[in-house]
Amino acid sequence: MSITKRVEEIEKQYIELYDQNIVQLADKSTLEVNSHRDKSFKNFQKLGIPSDRDEDYKYTNIQPFLRGTFEFNFVHQNIEAQLDDVFKCEVSELESYSVFIINGWYSEKNQIAGNLPDGVYFGSLAEAFKKHPKLIDKYYGRASKIERDGFTALNGMFAQDGVFIYIPKNVVLDRPLQIVNILTGDSDNVVFQRNLVVMEENSQAKILVCDHTLTPSKFVVNSVTEVFAAESVVLDHYTLQNQHNLTTQVAGVFVEQKSSSTVMTNNLTLHAGISRNNIYYKLDGEHCESYLYGLYVTDKNQHVDNFSFIDHAKPNCTSTELFKGVLDDRATGAFTGRVLVRKDSQNTNAYQSNNNILLNDLARISTRPQLEIYADDVKCSHGATVGQLDDEAMFYLRSRGISEEESRVLLMYAFAYEVIDKITVEPLKEQIRDLVEKRFRGEFDKCDFCVVCAEADSKMLNCF
Amino acid sequence: MLEIKNLHASIDEKEILRGINLKVKPGEIHAIMGPNGSGKSTLASVLTGNEKFKVLEGEVFFNGKDLLELPPEDRAREGVFLSFQYPIEIPGVSMVNFMRTALNEHRKYRGEEPLSASAFLKLLREKKKLVEIDSKLTNRSVNEGFSGGEKKKNEIFQMAMLEPKLAILDETDSGLDIDALRIVANGVNKLKRADNAVIMITHYQRLLDYIVPDFVHVLYQGRIVKSAGKELALELEEKGYDWIKKELEE
Ligand SMILES: Nc1ncnc2c1ncn2[C@@H]1O[C@H](COP(=O)(O)OP(=O)(O)OP(=O)(O)O)[C@@H](O)[C@H]1O
Ligand SMILES: [Mg+2]
Repeated sequence: MSITKRVEEIEKQYIELYDQNIVQLADKSTLEVNSHRDKSFKNFQKLGIPSDRDEDYKYTNIQPFLRGTFEFNFVHQNIEAQLDDVFKCEVSELESYSVFIINGWYSEKNQIAGNLPDGVYFGSLAEAFKKHPKLIDKYYGRASKIERDGFTALNGMFAQDGVFIYIPKNVVLDRPLQIVNILTGDSDNVVFQRNLVVMEENSQAKILVCDHTLTPSKFVVNSVTEVFAAESVVLDHYTLQNQHNLTTQVAGVFVEQKSSSTVMTNNLTLHAGISRNNIYYKLDGEHCESYLYGLYVTDKNQHVDNFSFIDHAKPNCTSTELFKGVLDDRATGAFTGRVLVRKDSQNTNAYQSNNNILLNDLARISTRPQLEIYADDVKCSHGATVGQLDDEAMFYLRSRGISEEESRVLLMYAFAYEVIDKITVEPLKEQIRDLVEKRFRGEFDKCDFCVVCAEADSKMLNCF
Repeated sequence: MLEIKNLHASIDEKEILRGINLKVKPGEIHAIMGPNGSGKSTLASVLTGNEKFKVLEGEVFFNGKDLLELPPEDRAREGVFLSFQYPIEIPGVSMVNFMRTALNEHRKYRGEEPLSASAFLKLLREKKKLVEIDSKLTNRSVNEGFSGGEKKKNEIFQMAMLEPKLAILDETDSGLDIDALRIVANGVNKLKRADNAVIMITHYQRLLDYIVPDFVHVLYQGRIVKSAGKELALELEEKGYDWIKKELEE
């Protein structure tokens, strides 16, 4: 059962939706999750939908993209029937465990190939509400910032499903976990998705998220992922966004690290309409290492806004942040690198850089560091650059017989490579390398599939 | 092969080349000398199509083609090569990828199929030997972290890969140690054939001991003010440029 609703006065109508569907929304959740739902609702009533008048959203006004007539699904839909080919992806090359999420709902057709190590949970969040209520209640909603961000609060109100990952103590996953998010359907759709990642002491994992659109409908996606990394955890979290221009996505990742853990997030935006990434880290233990990487390649009227917030809550931690962007046509972008070093967080290292290439006079990027430092023994650096391709380098390449176009591709690729090079999953790195190169050549297609399959057929999906 | 007629060029409204005339035939080696700032590198840049410089007047023909009409890449594909005085570093572009791309673009221009990976690697090995360049260097990004001398060697390595008809070597000798100078000069000599030509820009006789020029030209204030045989270089080494400047004033 889906609901079609015309959204004009956004806040009012979202509140109506919530009031009218609360029974349905709460139906499969635990008490704790529903209490979070309720708190989120209260916060949302205060915060509303952020506009560019809010400091955190100064460069991105998402409100206009939320207006229109949309379909909402508060009950698990079975639309997988038309998507049989999706499930043919046998992932032996990358040897990953893969699941598919369709319009925010964990697909019932998912069958994870291979055996996950004992005690590992990798599956539906809604299912986990039933199977692991204790774990859920311990973590759900504890990292996300419903009191700060209206979109996060909105997600807290409406989210019902997504992925839950649980990795017990000392388990080192042999293969990456791949989450393929698919947006599909004939009508314009609002999608809420919620993921929760809980990693116990000394465990290690690599997570790869691929965002895709299959139909030309308008999509509004609001997703929240919470990550809890206990002592000495090592986690790489990659997000590869490849959605068509009519997609508006606000994706929040909220990481909480305990001592001596290492977490890397890498947000690769290859194609998107309006994309906002909220990347929050709380370093809640000593000797944490945090790596925040990102690459955005945009053109036409696309807009990508990476907003990061690193909270150095304990001493002796290091955060390293590198975001790079290549913007063409009228594309616009923004980067915020907020770093908070609390009073007792001595011996903190925080490095940040944001480098951009504008290929066109009309392309724009706004970049701002926001450092808030209350400790004295701190090493902080930040740097932002906005430039064009280097003329001297262009001439050098052309003087060897390489065409202007190819020289541009080589140089753009060289610029982006620093971020791609941070990918530690070799087959993924190769795949991304190829996709980025194609993107720079103008041969990239929104239907190119980022999922690494054995028969790496990048057009295996029926994509319109 | 190359014919430059009354070439004038400027940068930032400043006229640097003020009427260059030069003819180079296949098989010849020309040396261009001249005081700092006289326009030697500018001439090399204009011949290879650096858009920083504006051609004000004159013509350049290369094997019958109007060189000034062509974009830099086509000049290269026609067989013009510049060994840069200051080769730049391009982090993120691997030497191997760079050379394979360049070579295949040359082949495409000639209507040939791209080289297979194995044929390319074989060629790479051969040419590396020719200039005794270390694999450590060719496995890196273009010139990234190369020493001054290594960069120069790398230029000659690229020349060996691309086998140009006309090589313009802009102070390739500067920054090379004695052994490297010999290796590089030997490399250039081995690449020399009856159907190709070299223009060497240099300040010193010592390179000319290895690569013996047929003609020596003096470029001064944007003009070639003196041309003679190889003995001119020796005379310059001995007496400097003052006597030429004086001659001009008379
Ligand atoms: N990018 C530039 N902007 C401004 N002036 C320039 C530029 N490049 C060259 N010039 C000027 O043009 C003149 C000729 O320079 P060029 O590099 O051709 O000299 P050169 O003969 O190669 O000297 P050297 O022997 O020192 O290499 C110099 O006065 C130089 O300052
Ligand atoms: Mg010079």
